[in-house]
Amino acid sequence: MNLPLATVSKVLKFSCVDGPGNRLVLFLQGCNFACPTCHNPHTMKLCNDCGDCVPECPTGSLTIVQGKVVHDASICDQCDKCLDVCPINANPKVTQYSVDDVLALLYQNKPFLNGITISGGEATTQLKFIIALFTAIKTDEKLKDLTCFIDSNGYLPEAAWKTVLPVTDGVMLDIKAFNNTLHHLLTTRSNQRVLATAKLLFEAGKLHELRYLLIPGRTDSDEEIEDLANFVRALDTDTPLRLNAFQHHGVKGEALTWPTMKEPDVERIAAELRSAGLTNVVVPAVYI
Amino acid sequence: MSELLKRFKGITEDPGLSFTQKARYLSLEAENSLPYPELDEETAKALEERVICDMYEGHVPFKPRYVMPDYSVVLEKGSAFLELEPATTLDEAINSLMIAYHHVPSVTNMPVFIGRLDNLLLPYCDEVSDEDLYKKLKLFWRYLDRVLPDAFMHANVGPTDNRVARTIMRIDAELKQIAPNLTFIWDPDVSSDAIFSQACESIIECSKPHIANNPLHQPLFDDYGYGVASCYNVLPLCGGASTLTRINLREVARRSKDTADFFENVLPKYIDLNFRLTEARIDHLFNKSGFFESFLVKEDWISRDRFTAMYGIFAMAQCVDELQAKEGRAGKYGHDETANQLGHRISKVLYEVVEMRPMENCWRGKAMLHSQAGLSDDDGCTPGVRIPYGSEPDPVTHVQALAEHHAFYPSGVSEILTLDETIENNPAALEQLVKGAFQLGFREFSANVSNNDLVRITGYMVRLSDIAKFKECGGSRINTTVLGAEAAETGKILERAPRVMSHELAPRYSQ
Repeated sequence: MNLPLATVSKVLKFSCVDGPGNRLVLFLQGCNFACPTCHNPHTMKLCNDCGDCVPECPTGSLTIVQGKVVHDASICDQCDKCLDVCPINANPKVTQYSVDDVLALLYQNKPFLNGITISGGEATTQLKFIIALFTAIKTDEKLKDLTCFIDSNGYLPEAAWKTVLPVTDGVMLDIKAFNNTLHHLLTTRSNQRVLATAKLLFEAGKLHELRYLLIPGRTDSDEEIEDLANFVRALDTDTPLRLNAFQHHGVKGEALTWPTMKEPDVERIAAELRSAGLTNVVVPAVYI
Repeated sequence: MSELLKRFKGITEDPGLSFTQKARYLSLEAENSLPYPELDEETAKALEERVICDMYEGHVPFKPRYVMPDYSVVLEKGSAFLELEPATTLDEAINSLMIAYHHVPSVTNMPVFIGRLDNLLLPYCDEVSDEDLYKKLKLFWRYLDRVLPDAFMHANVGPTDNRVARTIMRIDAELKQIAPNLTFIWDPDVSSDAIFSQACESIIECSKPHIANNPLHQPLFDDYGYGVASCYNVLPLCGGASTLTRINLREVARRSKDTADFFENVLPKYIDLNFRLTEARIDHLFNKSGFFESFLVKEDWISRDRFTAMYGIFAMAQCVDELQAKEGRAGKYGHDETANQLGHRISKVLYEVVEMRPMENCWRGKAMLHSQAGLSDDDGCTPGVRIPYGSEPDPVTHVQALAEHHAFYPSGVSEILTLDETIENNPAALEQLVKGAFQLGFREFSANVSNNDLVRITGYMVRLSDIAKFKECGGSRINTTVLGAEAAETGKILERAPRVMSHELAPRYSQ
């Protein structure tokens, strides 16, 4: 059997913002959206071995071997210059993980974990790996009490969701915008599949949380907020809705000229949503 | 005017000190103008060079460092000396405790341990409504902070789930006072999930309580039990600790040629010298000071044979990094497996030597090893076995790096995890972190949440806003703010993402 490998940008052993309790988080490399507001733009693309980053590396951790960019993590000091100079928003520091590699990580950190979350990039671009991993966790005596979550942009088609949901406990889903033209501008893609995903996940009882990024002058308009309220109400007024506030941290390019979302405006919108009947609106704990 | 008199005068005129703080520093200066207990030349030199350290406890040990009274004695039997009848109501019990605290000495002259309060007060609560209990304990809590303003003063609750423990944690989270410090003693077989969750939510609210791992502590003590005093000091109840001395492991490493020399020659030498220092201080306390003639002993609040000696170490991180450099290895303590294992080996050696060495006038005839939290002016040395401020890995890696040490420190390990404020929306993550830490062998768990005004500096609590005010206009009602300001400026403590430390001394006037 040809077991899938995951291309992983980063692993966290402690995260309290990626689902219930403490979670091991795998950030997979590669995304099918290209949002200018992305705060991890280096996770968007897979490396094409152009080699532009190699001469920029101050510690010599990057070399080209047989036409491929190779990263030596043992001498890397994580200065991230390679990410800054990458012309395509990729990451030469990715690691390949097998399912067994991730199971080993879970064993090692099990006492501290409530579960695992696959994030990205866009997690579902590596769906076969997720299915194999979650299936392995669910059938492992020592790991099966860990919950398995996905953090997604929702672009995965319905038929594909149905292959992963049986081994998935919950999904955190981002909706970038309700107006489709706006969604296209913010992501380069249509929102039809995203909205369909939200309904599908809700009906399957797997929608753990909806997330909505507030961007001043773009996604904070009265129309968008009204659409958001109507959409959530049509699911269940108690659906957890997390409002995120656009900040410049990590952002590259054009969106750095966009204004950031301020706490009072987030609080005002949260109050509007609550008065529209939503009962589970969460606002950011911190603005950076 | 002599230097000494000038110093006295300086204290009396210092505009940054309250009159009680002036009185305290004057008494410390007076004590320290007397000769030190006699030390042999080698020990005196090591103390002078601060390879070993007496925590500036004072030249003339006339009281134990930590006194851990069994306050149930004064509640149940009253006190002839203090002319108190046995308590019959909750009001009388609280009143008797408030009186008792003023007669319990310690290194700071304030009580460092105010009892396992739920055990003490529950017998008087049967006829008290929840509302009255809340009101009475809230006033008691306010009294403690205002009248005994020292963050080293420490209350304990748990492991059972009971009204007093719940109400105290609720009040503590509401008032967010520096004093008293608080430990919740957790035992998975006894404590309910609900009270454990309440403790974790309270940490998110105000960085208190500490959580102590009862299944690891209880077996080391007898039926009489233990208490957690000051910060992270786990000591026999009805006794305490005579003294706390400590070895600066960085200085020991600096005096070693290499790792072999460290283990074979230099560390054993300074371990012995620190024992001699400890013995000299204990000898003075037991044989010259007259302390044990006190009514506290006569009335059985404390017992002369239940005082241990805390044998402390600090600067493990700098020690390991120094030895790594001498061996030509780059890996840093807290981040590198070889470095971490070297640290564990040092702790094991220390533990074995301290367990083997017979000590006079010590509970069970030996000292107890302690990972010591630091003073406010430790010159770049990291408390105990902690990972240096600002370079801590994520909380899980942090716990994994240090857990193996904990078995070697029966009288406590000062450790503080810094958590960012996103934990506020997810207390379950904190609960799992505590459970994971305890499963790996952590004896105590303390955390700072980074947006709390109330933070641990070296284990004691300070308010960040108080430090800011202290710097602006000089003067704070609370003793530990002075220490905290000093620690914050010299120890890079506030550079920590969120910070924590624990400690207990305002040992000297430092102008």
